[in-house]
Amino acid sequence: MALYSEKVMDHFRNPRNVGVIEDADGVGEVGNAKCGDIMKMYLKISDDIIEDVKFETFGCGSAIASSSMATELIKGKPVADAMKLTNQAVAEALDGLPDYKMHCSVLAEEAIRSALEDYEKKKKA
Amino acid sequence: MIYADNAATTRMSDGALDTFVTLAKETYGNPSSLYSIGQRAKEVLEKAREDIAAVIGAGPREITFTSGGSEADNQAILSAAALGERKGKKHILSSAFEHHAVLHTLEKLKKQGFEVTLLDVHEDGLVRPEEVARAIREDTCLVTIMYANNEIGTIQPIREIGAICRERGVLFHTDAVQAVGHLPIDVEAENIDLLSASAHKFHGPKGVGFLYARKGTLLTSLIEGGAQERGKRAGTENLPGIASMAKALQEASQSMERNAEYLTSKRDRLIAGLGAIPHSALNGDAVRRLPGNVSFCFEGIEGESLLLLLDDKGIQASSGSACTSGSLDPSHVLLAIGRVHDVAHGSLRLTIGEDITDEEVETIIRSVAETVEYLRSFSPVWRDLMSGKSSFIL
Repeated sequence: MALYSEKVMDHFRNPRNVGVIEDADGVGEVGNAKCGDIMKMYLKISDDIIEDVKFETFGCGSAIASSSMATELIKGKPVADAMKLTNQAVAEALDGLPDYKMHCSVLAEEAIRSALEDYEKKKKA
Repeated sequence: MIYADNAATTRMSDGALDTFVTLAKETYGNPSSLYSIGQRAKEVLEKAREDIAAVIGAGPREITFTSGGSEADNQAILSAAALGERKGKKHILSSAFEHHAVLHTLEKLKKQGFEVTLLDVHEDGLVRPEEVARAIREDTCLVTIMYANNEIGTIQPIREIGAICRERGVLFHTDAVQAVGHLPIDVEAENIDLLSASAHKFHGPKGVGFLYARKGTLLTSLIEGGAQERGKRAGTENLPGIASMAKALQEASQSMERNAEYLTSKRDRLIAGLGAIPHSALNGDAVRRLPGNVSFCFEGIEGESLLLLLDDKGIQASSGSACTSGSLDPSHVLLAIGRVHDVAHGSLRLTIGEDITDEEVETIIRSVAETVEYLRSFSPVWRDLMSGKSSFIL
């Protein structure tokens, strides 16, 4: 059996939504280089709909794939729906992750949440 | 496909494979049986022992066959510890970047009341003989220092350490798994008392290795049962494996000088080519290293994703990143030479074999450079380094 599912390898080899949004409405960064994974998410939001999302990731294959899948799952969705994104949903959409790589999906969930919180904060200010 | 992970394992040589198959098919007798096919097997076994002993300057009675390097390491260390304990000596000296077969055995001994000192290996990945001399105590029963490191390939000053141990009357073991078949070894001249080796690191089969123990160094048996290996390792001998290992070692020994010269030139080209990638660094001393070992750290990227993308390009290599070890910590070897976590995650080990071509060397350099650049293009760590938000380490 291969280390990763076909889905993980697809998102790792051809990550969706890679890059930066210069005038993002919300930015979130989680993880640290010491542990070997950092994810940064950029959101463009209008009328509480996520119009665009981009990511940058430093990490292993499953970290890159999890970031990519998470962006796909929230793109075009209302902010309220994106807030409900769970790491299980990310892992399931990738046809599963090895047990010791589940933290990559947790990081993806946290990165999205952190970017959304940044958006809410900016909106209030 | 370019196989550049020969420190993990090697492809069996044609000669070793032929020997293996022939013996498995034709000389299937048990060496302990007294009828002719058993006795023929016994002859093959003893001839293999003689041939292997000759390569490292040992006597045949000083060679014990094992299931591989890990078993040999375990047996060497546990034997020396048992001998020390009888004399009330319960201190062992080793280094911080030994293989886990050594480190975990030492951990086990610590639980049994032994004290273990792990020497610093410095930034160049080399143990200092004078530090060995200073750290040896009245109650030191064993010094165990690897011959060459499996990750960064640095070759330790074994002869100097051996001389110190001999002078101080302390047993000296070396895990020579990466060195046997690749470097000239003479257990007499280097004052080695115990040495571990593994066949599959020099184009022999997997699951077989040997332990050299100087005459008079009593071994503790790890596996109880029959009287095979003079009572020091029970179980019917893996004859095809053992004879095949002897064949592979003889071949490696005969072409050692030529192989080393060839590999060194390819290694140095790789080091120069990969060193041209910005913010990269070679791990370990550039000269005192195994002929086929190239180990680098690249800032701003993570090793597992590099390996997976290189695999897509047909290059098989290895990394000391946390993600390839299944733990959160990167390689203890890279940490031991002072690489910080952030950088140690971005490591790549290439261990080339004798059949590598110039063209393949250039393909590796080009592919690694492209892949590192690609991964950096969407790495937030790299972005922060480039924008000056954080500072480069390499």
